[in-house]
Amino acid sequence: MLNKDQIAQRIAKEVKNGQYINLGIGIPTLVANYIPDELEVVLQSENGLLGIGPFPTEENVDADLINAGKQTITMVKGSSLFSSAESFGMIRGGHVHLTILGAMEVSENGDIANWKIPGKMVKGMGGAMDLVASAKNIIVAMQHCSRDGKSKLLKECSLPITGIKCVNKIVSDLAVLEVLPEGGFKLLERAPGVSVEEIKKKTEGRLVIEGEIPEMSFGS
Amino acid sequence: MINKTVKDADEAIRDITSNSVLMLGGFGLSGIPENCITALLKKDISELTCISNNAGVDDFGIGLMLKKRMVKKMISSYVGENAEFERQLLSGELEVELIPQGTLAERVRAGGAGIPAFFTPAGVGTEVADGKEIREFDGKLYLMERCLKADFSIIKAWKGDTAGNLIFKGTARNFNPMMAAAGKITIAEVEELVPAGELDPNTIHTPGIYVQRIFQGKDYEKRIEQKTVRK
Repeated sequence: MLNKDQIAQRIAKEVKNGQYINLGIGIPTLVANYIPDELEVVLQSENGLLGIGPFPTEENVDADLINAGKQTITMVKGSSLFSSAESFGMIRGGHVHLTILGAMEVSENGDIANWKIPGKMVKGMGGAMDLVASAKNIIVAMQHCSRDGKSKLLKECSLPITGIKCVNKIVSDLAVLEVLPEGGFKLLERAPGVSVEEIKKKTEGRLVIEGEIPEMSFGS
Repeated sequence: MINKTVKDADEAIRDITSNSVLMLGGFGLSGIPENCITALLKKDISELTCISNNAGVDDFGIGLMLKKRMVKKMISSYVGENAEFERQLLSGELEVELIPQGTLAERVRAGGAGIPAFFTPAGVGTEVADGKEIREFDGKLYLMERCLKADFSIIKAWKGDTAGNLIFKGTARNFNPMMAAAGKITIAEVEELVPAGELDPNTIHTPGIYVQRIFQGKDYEKRIEQKTVRK
């Protein structure tokens, strides 16, 4: 089973040179720590920045420079700043190549639920609905099951939907899976020490298994 | 040049009354109009509709207005980090319209730019689409969203001049420029107010035409919600 950092590390292998990328809050934010130095990529923060840098040192903390998770950040060389309208214009306009975000549930046709638990959690969707409705390539970082062991990779989402037919790939603590255009989760890789049987048991939606399923590797 | 200067926050917000529709700039606690919020808290007004991406935190920003029960309705995209807000929402005391952040930004932009409605893919297939017109363009579904306008837009900039021209700093720009244009009366508080002519016209982010009142702000706390430093 992968921990949060290992999920982030595996997702980082999906990043390609020259991409503009939006990282969601939580595990997706950790992906930045594992993107190889030789790749030139630009991280977008939807409040209005292209070119997120590392967290600041204590002396460089600036209240006027935060990411979408409201954390203090720095800017890399070549950054640009703009309004939130411009920012979502570039998201809806399809200019951002890769979106990585967390999910509470994903369905076998690629629907995602990650913004609301009725009666319990009502924090709002923030930019998630705009991102999933527009992004060309969406990778989801998530736990395969809830704490009480229920699958979160479902036939249909039970929680309120954030977007429909939008998820391309999932990296969970157990596996890497592709959402097929015709529906279904195609198993691509297993987490170290996790069997295909276990993944079968913990995936409620249609699971497609073809041939031998390799174990994930973390080397580059 | 037309002089938009007023003395302070109290004078700037003097005619805001109960039942007004307000837009308040800022994302999280970054770029919020601190001085005007402090001045509003001193007024005996209520039943406000507030359009703002977030609702502050329990003891800062719009959170203080919620605590004082001045707000009837919030239109926002994300309201986590505020326990009092969540309590008022779940108990039904506060009316809340949660809308996608990009849709909020564009509805405000449209309001200031004379566009009554537009189509966006955000929210298709979700409860956000309930009761809205859906249309297909080039094989993809979109839903219609209406523009937003306000009686008063209350915004914060880094530098401004007496003609109302504004420059923002860092990610404190966020919703402030669109809100400037969408208010019948727009009030801008700035960290540094200079005479018209001292700011380079090439660097202006928001032209003064959108700003009716501007004043030199003071005592900025600029609170940080999530201070994160390098290990």
